[in-house]
Amino acid sequence: MGLLSSTVSVTRYKVEGKLEDPILDTIAKGLKENVIKDVDEDISEKKVGWTSFENPFMPDFRGSSFVIGTHMVFSLRIDKKAIPQKIIRKHYAIESAKRLAESGRQFLTRDEKKMIKDHVTDTLMLRIPSTPHLYDLIWDYDSSSLCFFSNLKSANEELETLFSQSFQLSLIRLFPFTIADLTMGLSDPERDNLEKLSPTNFTG
Amino acid sequence: MLDISVAYNRYKFLGYEFLTWLWFLIENEQNTINEIVQEPMSLEIGNRIVLENLRKEVLESITIQGDDAGLEEGIMALRKGAVVTEINLVYKGNDFESNFTVKGEGLSVSGLKVPQSGHVESRKDMEGAVIEKVYLYNRVLQLTDSLFKHFIRLRISNDWLSKVVPRIRQWMHS
Repeated sequence: MGLLSSTVSVTRYKVEGKLEDPILDTIAKGLKENVIKDVDEDISEKKVGWTSFENPFMPDFRGSSFVIGTHMVFSLRIDKKAIPQKIIRKHYAIESAKRLAESGRQFLTRDEKKMIKDHVTDTLMLRIPSTPHLYDLIWDYDSSSLCFFSNLKSANEELETLFSQSFQLSLIRLFPFTIADLTMGLSDPERDNLEKLSPTNFTG
Repeated sequence: MLDISVAYNRYKFLGYEFLTWLWFLIENEQNTINEIVQEPMSLEIGNRIVLENLRKEVLESITIQGDDAGLEEGIMALRKGAVVTEINLVYKGNDFESNFTVKGEGLSVSGLKVPQSGHVESRKDMEGAVIEKVYLYNRVLQLTDSLFKHFIRLRISNDWLSKVVPRIRQWMHS
Protein backbone atom coordinates (compact mmCIF):
# COMPACT_ATOMS: atom_id res chain seq x y z
CA MET A 1 0.00 0.00 0.00
CA GLY A 2 1.40 3.37 -0.99
CA LEU A 3 2.01 6.13 1.46
CA LEU A 4 0.47 8.58 -1.00
CA SER A 5 -2.73 6.50 -1.36
CA SER A 6 -5.99 8.07 -0.25
CA THR A 7 -6.29 5.49 2.54
CA VAL A 8 -3.36 3.82 4.31
CA SER A 9 -2.65 1.24 7.00
CA VAL A 10 0.32 1.75 9.27
CA THR A 11 2.38 -0.59 11.43
CA ARG A 12 5.00 1.11 13.57
CA TYR A 13 8.42 -0.12 14.59
CA LYS A 14 11.28 0.92 16.81
CA VAL A 15 14.65 0.41 15.15
CA GLU A 16 17.21 -1.00 17.52
CA GLY A 17 20.91 -0.44 16.94
CA LYS A 18 23.12 2.06 15.13
CA LEU A 19 24.63 2.07 11.68
CA GLU A 20 28.22 2.62 10.68
CA ASP A 21 29.14 6.13 9.51
CA PRO A 22 28.57 7.48 6.92
CA ILE A 23 24.99 6.39 7.53
CA LEU A 24 23.57 7.16 4.09
CA ASP A 25 26.30 5.11 2.39
CA THR A 26 25.64 2.19 4.75
CA ILE A 27 21.92 2.33 4.00
CA ALA A 28 22.50 2.61 0.25
CA LYS A 29 24.81 -0.44 0.42
CA GLY A 30 22.16 -2.46 2.30
CA LEU A 31 19.52 -1.45 -0.22
CA LYS A 32 21.65 -2.24 -3.27
CA GLU A 33 22.73 -5.62 -1.92
CA ASN A 34 19.12 -6.60 -1.28
CA VAL A 35 17.39 -4.97 -4.22
CA ILE A 36 14.51 -6.93 -5.75
CA LYS A 37 15.68 -9.38 -8.42
CA ASP A 38 13.65 -10.07 -11.51
CA VAL A 39 11.56 -13.18 -11.01
CA ASP A 40 10.03 -13.30 -14.49
CA GLU A 41 12.87 -15.27 -16.04
CA ASP A 42 13.21 -17.50 -13.01
CA ILE A 43 11.35 -20.56 -11.78
CA SER A 44 11.02 -19.11 -8.24
CA GLU A 45 7.54 -18.66 -6.89
CA LYS A 46 8.46 -15.54 -4.91
CA LYS A 47 11.14 -12.85 -4.72
CA VAL A 48 11.46 -10.26 -1.95
CA GLY A 49 13.66 -7.18 -2.04
CA TRP A 50 13.93 -3.44 -1.74
CA THR A 51 12.88 -1.05 -4.45
CA SER A 52 12.71 2.71 -4.98
CA PHE A 53 9.64 4.52 -3.75
CA GLU A 54 9.70 6.83 -6.75
CA ASN A 55 10.40 4.22 -9.39
CA PRO A 56 9.41 0.82 -8.01
CA PHE A 57 9.88 -1.09 -11.28
CA MET A 58 13.35 0.30 -12.02
CA PRO A 59 14.98 0.51 -8.60
CA ASP A 60 17.85 2.95 -8.26
CA PHE A 61 19.50 3.78 -4.95
CA ARG A 62 22.24 6.05 -6.25
CA GLY A 63 23.25 9.05 -4.17
CA SER A 64 20.58 10.09 -1.71
CA SER A 65 17.66 9.24 -4.00
CA PHE A 66 15.94 7.46 -1.10
CA VAL A 67 16.07 10.51 1.20
CA ILE A 68 13.11 12.87 1.41
CA GLY A 69 13.36 15.66 3.97
CA THR A 70 14.73 14.05 7.12
CA HIS A 71 13.37 10.61 6.27
CA MET A 72 14.50 7.60 4.34
CA VAL A 73 11.70 6.54 2.03
CA PHE A 74 11.81 3.30 0.08
CA SER A 75 9.66 0.24 -0.54
CA LEU A 76 9.50 -3.46 0.07
CA ARG A 77 8.55 -5.34 -3.08
CA ILE A 78 7.25 -8.89 -3.07
CA ASP A 79 6.84 -10.45 -6.51
CA LYS A 80 4.74 -13.59 -6.56
CA LYS A 81 3.77 -16.08 -9.21
CA ALA A 82 0.68 -18.15 -8.66
CA ILE A 83 -0.34 -20.89 -11.07
CA PRO A 84 -3.93 -22.08 -10.66
CA GLN A 85 -4.04 -25.78 -9.71
CA LYS A 86 -6.39 -26.48 -12.64
CA ILE A 87 -3.73 -25.32 -15.11
CA ILE A 88 -1.09 -27.49 -13.46
CA ARG A 89 -3.48 -30.48 -13.57
CA LYS A 90 -4.23 -29.89 -17.26
CA HIS A 91 -0.55 -29.73 -18.29
CA TYR A 92 0.31 -32.65 -16.04
CA ALA A 93 -2.39 -34.79 -17.68
CA ILE A 94 -1.14 -33.89 -21.18
CA GLU A 95 2.50 -34.57 -20.29
CA SER A 96 1.68 -37.86 -18.53
CA ALA A 97 -0.32 -39.11 -21.53
CA LYS A 98 2.58 -38.20 -23.82
CA ARG A 99 5.10 -40.10 -21.66
CA LEU A 100 2.83 -43.19 -21.51
CA ALA A 101 2.35 -43.15 -25.28
CA GLU A 102 6.10 -42.81 -25.84
CA SER A 103 6.97 -45.66 -23.45
CA GLY A 104 4.07 -47.92 -24.41
CA ARG A 105 3.39 -48.56 -20.72
CA GLN A 106 0.08 -48.43 -18.82
CA PHE A 107 1.35 -46.72 -15.65
CA LEU A 108 3.98 -44.26 -14.46
CA THR A 109 6.02 -44.79 -11.31
CA ARG A 110 5.66 -42.44 -8.37
CA ASP A 111 9.07 -40.87 -9.16
CA GLU A 112 8.10 -40.36 -12.80
CA LYS A 113 4.84 -38.67 -11.76
CA LYS A 114 6.74 -36.36 -9.41
CA MET A 115 9.30 -35.53 -12.11
CA ILE A 116 6.54 -34.69 -14.58
CA LYS A 117 4.75 -32.50 -12.04
CA ASP A 118 7.97 -30.62 -11.17
CA HIS A 119 8.81 -30.18 -14.85
CA VAL A 120 5.30 -28.88 -15.65
CA THR A 121 5.38 -26.48 -12.69
CA ASP A 122 8.87 -25.15 -13.58
CA THR A 123 7.93 -24.68 -17.23
CA LEU A 124 4.75 -22.82 -16.30
CA MET A 125 6.66 -20.70 -13.75
CA LEU A 126 8.89 -19.47 -16.56
CA ARG A 127 5.92 -18.63 -18.75
CA ILE A 128 3.74 -16.67 -16.35
CA PRO A 129 4.60 -13.14 -15.19
CA SER A 130 4.84 -12.34 -11.50
CA THR A 131 2.48 -10.01 -9.67
CA PRO A 132 4.32 -7.24 -7.81
CA HIS A 133 3.16 -6.14 -4.35
CA LEU A 134 4.55 -2.84 -3.08
CA TYR A 135 4.71 -1.66 0.53
CA ASP A 136 6.24 1.72 1.30
CA LEU A 137 8.11 2.62 4.44
CA ILE A 138 9.39 5.75 6.11
CA TRP A 139 12.43 5.48 8.35
CA ASP A 140 13.38 8.31 10.68
CA TYR A 141 16.91 7.33 11.66
CA ASP A 142 17.35 10.02 14.33
CA SER A 143 14.26 8.96 16.29
CA SER A 144 14.82 5.23 15.57
CA SER A 145 11.28 4.94 14.28
CA LEU A 146 9.90 3.33 11.17
CA CYS A 147 6.40 3.36 9.70
CA PHE A 148 5.51 0.50 7.40
CA PHE A 149 2.45 1.04 5.27
CA SER A 150 0.75 -2.31 5.66
CA ASN A 151 -0.86 -4.31 8.44
CA LEU A 152 -0.56 -7.58 6.52
CA LYS A 153 1.14 -10.18 8.71
CA SER A 154 3.06 -11.77 5.82
CA ALA A 155 4.35 -8.41 4.53
CA ASN A 156 5.41 -7.33 8.03
CA GLU A 157 7.27 -10.61 8.55
CA GLU A 158 9.09 -10.21 5.22
CA LEU A 159 9.99 -6.64 6.20
CA GLU A 160 11.42 -7.69 9.57
CA THR A 161 13.56 -10.40 7.98
CA LEU A 162 14.84 -8.32 5.06
CA PHE A 163 15.55 -5.26 7.23
CA SER A 164 17.65 -7.27 9.65
CA GLN A 165 19.49 -8.98 6.78
CA SER A 166 20.17 -5.68 4.98
CA PHE A 167 21.19 -3.37 7.82
CA GLN A 168 21.99 -5.71 10.76
CA LEU A 169 19.44 -3.75 12.83
CA SER A 170 16.40 -5.16 14.62
CA LEU A 171 12.87 -3.95 14.10
CA ILE A 172 10.69 -4.15 17.19
CA ARG A 173 7.01 -3.92 16.39
CA LEU A 174 5.19 -1.33 18.50
CA PHE A 175 2.11 -2.82 20.14
CA PRO A 176 0.57 -2.07 23.56
CA PHE A 177 3.30 -3.64 25.69
CA THR A 178 6.30 -2.46 23.64
CA ILE A 179 4.96 1.10 23.39
CA ALA A 180 4.66 1.20 27.17
CA ASP A 181 7.93 -0.59 27.84
CA LEU A 182 10.20 0.97 25.23
CA THR A 183 8.90 4.44 24.43
CA MET A 184 7.56 5.91 27.66
CA GLY A 185 10.67 6.13 29.80
CA LEU A 186 9.03 4.26 32.68
CA SER A 187 10.96 3.95 35.92
CA ASP A 188 11.87 0.48 37.20
CA PRO A 189 8.98 0.40 39.73
CA GLU A 190 6.58 1.54 36.98
CA ARG A 191 7.90 -1.17 34.67
CA ASP A 192 7.35 -3.73 37.44
CA ASN A 193 3.77 -2.51 37.82
CA LEU A 194 3.29 -2.80 34.06
CA GLU A 195 4.52 -6.40 33.98
CA LYS A 196 2.21 -7.34 36.87
CA LEU A 197 -0.95 -6.04 35.18
CA SER A 198 -3.85 -8.37 34.53
CA PRO A 199 -7.20 -7.71 32.77
CA THR A 200 -9.64 -5.35 34.48
CA ASN A 201 -13.09 -6.60 35.38
CA PHE A 202 -15.29 -3.71 34.24
CA THR A 203 -18.50 -5.43 35.30
CA GLY A 204 -17.66 -5.27 39.01
CA MET B 1 12.39 -7.49 28.29
CA LEU B 2 9.91 -10.29 27.77
CA ASP B 3 9.97 -12.29 24.56
CA ILE B 4 8.14 -10.22 21.93
CA SER B 5 5.50 -12.78 20.98
CA VAL B 6 4.84 -13.64 24.63
CA ALA B 7 4.47 -9.91 25.45
CA TYR B 8 2.17 -9.41 22.45
CA ASN B 9 -0.23 -12.12 23.54
CA ARG B 10 -0.04 -11.65 27.30
CA TYR B 11 -0.69 -7.91 27.21
CA LYS B 12 -3.05 -7.46 24.29
CA PHE B 13 -5.79 -6.82 26.87
CA LEU B 14 -4.11 -3.42 27.43
CA GLY B 15 -5.10 -2.38 23.91
CA TYR B 16 -8.69 -3.52 24.44
CA GLU B 17 -8.91 -1.68 27.77
CA PHE B 18 -7.40 1.42 26.15
CA LEU B 19 -10.10 1.49 23.46
CA THR B 20 -12.84 0.86 26.05
CA TRP B 21 -11.51 3.74 28.19
CA LEU B 22 -11.26 5.91 25.06
CA TRP B 23 -14.92 5.30 24.21
CA PHE B 24 -15.79 6.31 27.79
CA LEU B 25 -13.72 9.50 27.45
CA ILE B 26 -15.27 10.40 24.09
CA GLU B 27 -18.77 10.02 25.51
CA ASN B 28 -18.14 11.69 28.85
CA GLU B 29 -14.88 13.59 29.15
CA GLN B 30 -13.93 15.38 25.93
CA ASN B 31 -12.14 18.00 28.04
CA THR B 32 -9.78 15.30 29.37
CA ILE B 33 -8.92 14.40 25.76
CA ASN B 34 -8.16 18.08 25.02
CA GLU B 35 -5.97 18.30 28.11
CA ILE B 36 -4.02 15.20 27.13
CA VAL B 37 -3.58 16.21 23.50
CA GLN B 38 -3.07 19.91 24.33
CA GLU B 39 -4.77 21.26 21.26
CA PRO B 40 -8.29 22.37 20.41
CA MET B 41 -9.76 19.32 18.74
CA SER B 42 -12.56 16.81 18.94
CA LEU B 43 -12.56 13.06 18.77
CA GLU B 44 -15.71 11.15 17.82
CA ILE B 45 -16.67 7.56 17.27
CA GLY B 46 -16.78 6.92 13.52
CA ASN B 47 -18.82 4.33 11.69
CA ARG B 48 -17.60 1.11 13.26
CA ILE B 49 -16.94 -0.36 16.67
CA VAL B 50 -16.21 -4.00 17.47
CA LEU B 51 -16.56 -5.52 20.94
CA GLU B 52 -15.59 -8.95 22.13
CA ASN B 53 -16.46 -10.77 25.29
CA LEU B 54 -13.27 -12.59 26.20
CA ARG B 55 -14.53 -13.70 29.60
CA LYS B 56 -16.82 -16.36 28.13
CA GLU B 57 -15.61 -19.77 27.04
CA VAL B 58 -16.94 -19.19 23.54
CA LEU B 59 -15.86 -15.88 22.02
CA GLU B 60 -18.74 -13.44 21.51
CA SER B 61 -18.20 -10.66 19.04
CA ILE B 62 -20.46 -7.67 18.37
CA THR B 63 -19.91 -5.32 15.45
CA ILE B 64 -21.81 -2.04 15.23
CA GLN B 65 -21.44 -0.45 11.84
CA GLY B 66 -23.00 2.44 9.95
CA ASP B 67 -22.86 6.22 9.98
CA ASP B 68 -25.91 6.67 12.23
CA ALA B 69 -25.72 3.40 14.13
CA GLY B 70 -26.80 3.55 17.77
CA LEU B 71 -24.27 2.32 20.27
CA GLU B 72 -26.78 0.96 22.81
CA GLU B 73 -25.96 -2.63 21.90
CA GLY B 74 -22.32 -1.87 22.56
CA ILE B 75 -23.14 -0.58 26.03
CA MET B 76 -25.20 -3.72 26.66
CA ALA B 77 -22.20 -5.81 25.61
CA LEU B 78 -19.93 -3.84 27.97
CA ARG B 79 -22.32 -4.57 30.84
CA LYS B 80 -21.98 -8.28 30.06
CA GLY B 81 -18.18 -8.08 30.22
CA ALA B 82 -17.17 -7.25 26.65
CA VAL B 83 -14.34 -4.87 25.77
CA VAL B 84 -13.71 -2.79 22.65
CA THR B 85 -11.33 -4.56 20.27
CA GLU B 86 -11.55 -2.19 17.29
CA ILE B 87 -12.81 1.35 16.86
CA ASN B 88 -13.19 3.78 13.99
CA LEU B 89 -12.47 7.38 15.00
CA VAL B 90 -12.97 10.83 13.53
CA TYR B 91 -10.36 13.36 14.60
CA LYS B 92 -11.19 17.01 13.89
CA GLY B 93 -8.72 19.81 14.50
CA ASN B 94 -8.81 23.48 13.44
CA ASP B 95 -7.51 22.87 9.94
CA PHE B 96 -7.62 19.14 9.83
CA GLU B 97 -9.93 16.14 9.71
CA SER B 98 -8.98 12.51 9.70
CA ASN B 99 -10.76 9.20 9.87
CA PHE B 100 -9.06 5.98 10.93
CA THR B 101 -9.49 2.64 12.66
CA VAL B 102 -7.43 1.40 15.61
CA LYS B 103 -7.24 -2.30 16.47
CA GLY B 104 -6.64 -2.85 20.16
CA GLU B 105 -4.55 -5.99 19.89
CA GLY B 106 -1.59 -4.39 18.15
CA LEU B 107 -2.64 -0.71 18.19
CA SER B 108 -2.19 -0.76 14.43
CA VAL B 109 -3.91 1.94 12.41
CA SER B 110 -5.86 1.09 9.27
CA GLY B 111 -8.16 2.92 6.86
CA LEU B 112 -6.30 6.14 7.70
CA LYS B 113 -7.59 9.05 5.66
CA VAL B 114 -6.07 12.50 5.89
CA PRO B 115 -6.73 15.61 3.74
CA GLN B 116 -5.63 15.16 0.12
CA SER B 117 -2.25 16.56 -0.83
CA GLY B 118 -1.64 18.43 -4.08
CA HIS B 119 -1.34 16.78 -7.49
CA VAL B 120 2.06 15.16 -8.11
CA GLU B 121 3.70 15.89 -11.47
CA SER B 122 7.41 16.21 -10.73
CA ARG B 123 9.95 14.86 -8.22
CA LYS B 124 9.70 18.15 -6.34
CA ASP B 125 5.90 17.75 -6.11
CA MET B 126 6.36 14.17 -4.94
CA GLU B 127 8.80 15.20 -2.22
CA GLY B 128 6.41 17.91 -1.07
CA ALA B 129 3.50 15.44 -1.03
CA VAL B 130 5.50 12.89 1.00
CA ILE B 131 6.58 15.52 3.55
CA GLU B 132 2.98 16.73 3.87
CA LYS B 133 1.59 13.21 4.23
CA VAL B 134 4.22 12.31 6.84
CA TYR B 135 3.23 15.40 8.82
CA LEU B 136 -0.48 14.51 8.60
CA TYR B 137 0.02 10.84 9.50
CA ASN B 138 2.20 11.88 12.42
CA ARG B 139 -0.58 14.08 13.77
CA VAL B 140 -2.86 11.05 13.98
CA LEU B 141 -0.14 8.77 15.35
CA GLN B 142 0.87 11.36 17.94
CA LEU B 143 -2.77 11.67 19.00
CA THR B 144 -3.13 7.92 19.58
CA ASP B 145 0.30 7.82 21.22
CA SER B 146 -0.50 10.64 23.65
CA LEU B 147 -3.81 9.06 24.60
CA PHE B 148 -2.31 5.59 24.99
CA LYS B 149 0.61 6.83 27.09
CA HIS B 150 -1.78 8.73 29.35
CA PHE B 151 -3.86 5.56 29.65
CA ILE B 152 -0.79 3.49 30.61
CA ARG B 153 0.21 6.02 33.32
CA LEU B 154 -3.32 5.73 34.72
CA ARG B 155 -3.41 1.97 34.30
CA ILE B 156 -0.28 1.38 36.39
CA SER B 157 -1.42 3.83 39.07
CA ASN B 158 -3.78 3.22 41.99
CA ASP B 159 -6.21 5.70 40.43
CA TRP B 160 -7.19 3.15 37.80
CA LEU B 161 -9.10 0.87 40.16
CA SER B 162 -10.06 3.48 42.73
CA LYS B 163 -11.26 6.30 40.44
CA VAL B 164 -11.38 5.45 36.72
CA VAL B 165 -12.98 1.99 36.70
CA PRO B 166 -15.86 3.10 39.02
CA ARG B 167 -16.60 6.02 36.62
CA ILE B 168 -16.59 3.65 33.63
CA ARG B 169 -18.93 1.26 35.47
CA GLN B 170 -21.25 4.15 36.34
CA TRP B 171 -21.38 5.18 32.65
CA MET B 172 -22.06 1.62 31.54
CA HIS B 173 -25.04 1.38 33.87
CA SER B 174 -26.44 4.90 33.46
